Amino acid sequence: MATIVVLVVFALFLGAILTGGYNKELNNRLRSHWLWDWITTTDHKKIAVLYLLGGTFFFVIGGIEALLMRTQLLFPNNDFIVGREFNELLSMHGTNMIFFVAMPLLFALMNAVIPLQIGARDVAFPFLNALGFWLFFFGALLMNLSLLFGNSPDSGWTNYVPIASNVYSAGTGIDYYVLGVQISGFGTLMGGLNFIATIINMRTPGMSFLRMPLFTWTSFVSSALILFGFPPLTAGLFLVMFERIFGANFFDVAAGGNPVIWQHLFWIFGHPEVYIVILPAFGIMSEVISTFAKKRLFGYNSMVFATLLIGFLGFMVWAHHMFTVGMGPVANSIFAIATMAIAVPTGIKVFNWLFTMWGGKIRFTTAMLYAVGFIPTFVMGGVTGVMLASPPGDYQYHDSYFVVAHFHYVLIGGTVFGILAGCYYWWPKMFGYKLNEKLGKWSFWIFFIGFHLTFFIQHFLGFFGMPRRVFTYQPEDGVTMINQISTVGAYMQALGVILIVVNVIYSYRHRTPAGSDPWDGRTLEWTIPSPPPVYNFAQLPKVRALDAFWHEKMQGNKQMEPAEPLGPIHMPNNNHLPFLMSLGMFVSGLGFVFRSWEVGALGLAFFFLVMFLRSFEKDHGYHIETDEIQRIEKGANA
Amino acid sequence: MSTARVEHTNAATGLSPHPERATMEGRNKIIGFWLFLGAETVMFACFFGVYLALRNSSLDGPTTQELYHIPMVAVSTLILLFSSLTSVLGVVGMQQHNYKKTMFWFGVTVLLGASFLALEIYEFFVYVGEGHTFTSSAFGSAFYTLLGTHGAHVLFGVCWITGLLFQARKRGLTQEMAPKFFVASLYWHFIDVVWVFIFTVVYLMGKVG
Repeated sequence: MATIVVLVVFALFLGAILTGGYNKELNNRLRSHWLWDWITTTDHKKIAVLYLLGGTFFFVIGGIEALLMRTQLLFPNNDFIVGREFNELLSMHGTNMIFFVAMPLLFALMNAVIPLQIGARDVAFPFLNALGFWLFFFGALLMNLSLLFGNSPDSGWTNYVPIASNVYSAGTGIDYYVLGVQISGFGTLMGGLNFIATIINMRTPGMSFLRMPLFTWTSFVSSALILFGFPPLTAGLFLVMFERIFGANFFDVAAGGNPVIWQHLFWIFGHPEVYIVILPAFGIMSEVISTFAKKRLFGYNSMVFATLLIGFLGFMVWAHHMFTVGMGPVANSIFAIATMAIAVPTGIKVFNWLFTMWGGKIRFTTAMLYAVGFIPTFVMGGVTGVMLASPPGDYQYHDSYFVVAHFHYVLIGGTVFGILAGCYYWWPKMFGYKLNEKLGKWSFWIFFIGFHLTFFIQHFLGFFGMPRRVFTYQPEDGVTMINQISTVGAYMQALGVILIVVNVIYSYRHRTPAGSDPWDGRTLEWTIPSPPPVYNFAQLPKVRALDAFWHEKMQGNKQMEPAEPLGPIHMPNNNHLPFLMSLGMFVSGLGFVFRSWEVGALGLAFFFLVMFLRSFEKDHGYHIETDEIQRIEKGANA
Repeated sequence: MSTARVEHTNAATGLSPHPERATMEGRNKIIGFWLFLGAETVMFACFFGVYLALRNSSLDGPTTQELYHIPMVAVSTLILLFSSLTSVLGVVGMQQHNYKKTMFWFGVTVLLGASFLALEIYEFFVYVGEGHTFTSSAFGSAFYTLLGTHGAHVLFGVCWITGLLFQARKRGLTQEMAPKFFVASLYWHFIDVVWVFIFTVVYLMGKVG
């Protein structure tokens, strides 16, 4: 097996080198292919589509894993998928959904929207943006290859040692997790860094910090959390990798190690991570609710303040995942109080959304349905969160289905509803046509009801004593009916997701141009054609107030006032090096998974070699001339 | 050399007093790099934490007091601190549009970095001889992870600045080269600061117990 993989890897390698310019004919054929354009793109709008496709692909895989688990739990003592296979399913489901679904789908929306909302022509580092995507993709691919090769990671998405050590998880399983998440984590870090630099440096004239749309704000704070939250994961994953592959002794008690170190490092990352995935969703909801209530967001400044406060407190609460480890009453109390304190800024946000809708002229589009459905759902997830924040309570709920219900309420009811609302809302901007509203509403109701059917009842399942991550139960436990209801709900959710996919295909077939401003929008992205031209803004707009476009509309202007004369626009070149660098990492990861040091070192060497090539490259970009811009603008407005 | 000189005089006329911030790209690079250093700080902080948690778990191997040779480490520290100074002189040279000065001081920085690495490798060699290895105990694993990560950063910095020197030889001190040198010197300061913490937390505190 390992030899075949090494051979395949070498073939890939040679292919990569060949495309570097040794075979001219092949090279030319490749460069004129449409796929080459996507592989080499540095355009934030195209990278957004790539993230969207990648995230959706892994969403399907993660969803199938969930359905398989729920099917196993349909009957007591079922033997459909048991033991190690069930552990692999739950580990892959959690890891896929957090790292390879929630993150990339949010990155898709952030890439598509942030530059447009702040009036920028691209992100600060287009090359880095492409590199971030390809690292994410190859990392995710590496981990999911374990499904094909067998022996997947099986110690949960939290990968606790010593379960994840060589002693209790022999074979390659955990190595896929460690290397896959590590590689995609590098990509995520670069993405976060890029958004911070973009938002600080690339805002259009007049776009002060307190005039930024709330989605940009929450993405900004979320990126800061990525920047400081992912390095502990990097460090922790290195430790596990060194222990598993090079025989280090960080967690082995017999050699003087301490397994709690991993728990700390993981949760110092892991808790900010849940705010990383929820904050952008908060931002999307703020945009959607404000637009479809036709009102300025209530308490904008307090929303910004609450976002910052959540981001800050998000780093102070990691140990509430470890109440039962035995840190003692003082540590537990401090972390409990800090955790409960987060309910305050979150409550501020919830009331601001409600007050925004109060007295507004509400249109119940599909995006708005998700936003309205999100509020009670997320509040329920928040309330169970406060329950879990109390250490004596947590000793009862810990590792039961109550916890499963809690985090699915915040992750699906918060993040997934947010992503779906954002997709329906910004789809016309990204692709130029709307998604069908009728199908959208059907899929919303099916998904919404299916979601509550699946997870509401799991709160009680937890109270009745069913622990999470077990593959079966006994008939006399009295939980058969509850599990069956939950499984029916899971299939309803799957139906809802299938309807969404059907909707995308249907809407594409029956597409009509949506125009630049289909929702009567308030922010800068609605001032430019849909989909936007490659340079976004022919002339950078001058921002005069919060909700810049709405302000101009109220002043009787149809367009933004330009902040600069029309002139040639500088754009970044396409580049194939991000793909090659990520391929090097992927090869290296495969090498280390199969304990082949040569391949591992070769991949890394290739990565750094391409990095130095990039440093020596003279990449000045190109200019779009004024008459070309005028031609494109005319075409878009016709 | 002579062609580089010609390019330099050409470039000098077009350079501002702070050529590294003259372009949007340069400003982006600098802020992006500060952010990156923030992330690196957190990663090193984690390795420091792991080291502090495990430094007394030396099992049968030598303890921190028995192991560390302060005089040799002091020499490494001096070398690295001095290299930080030379990288500043290099940046000053760049801001004076002085090609020769920039190349000379960054060249010295590379040499000092390389000699630091040589000393560190020798030090590890001695420790391994005394039974202190990566796999011997939790202390060994934590020690080599922290110092190895720092050493890998020094190695990367040496390669990076060497690469920049080659680029500057070809292209001269252009507006495009300036942010690269500036950012590299930021990086060099960063690994120096990390070393100051390593010297204090690992070596000095290890000696006193």
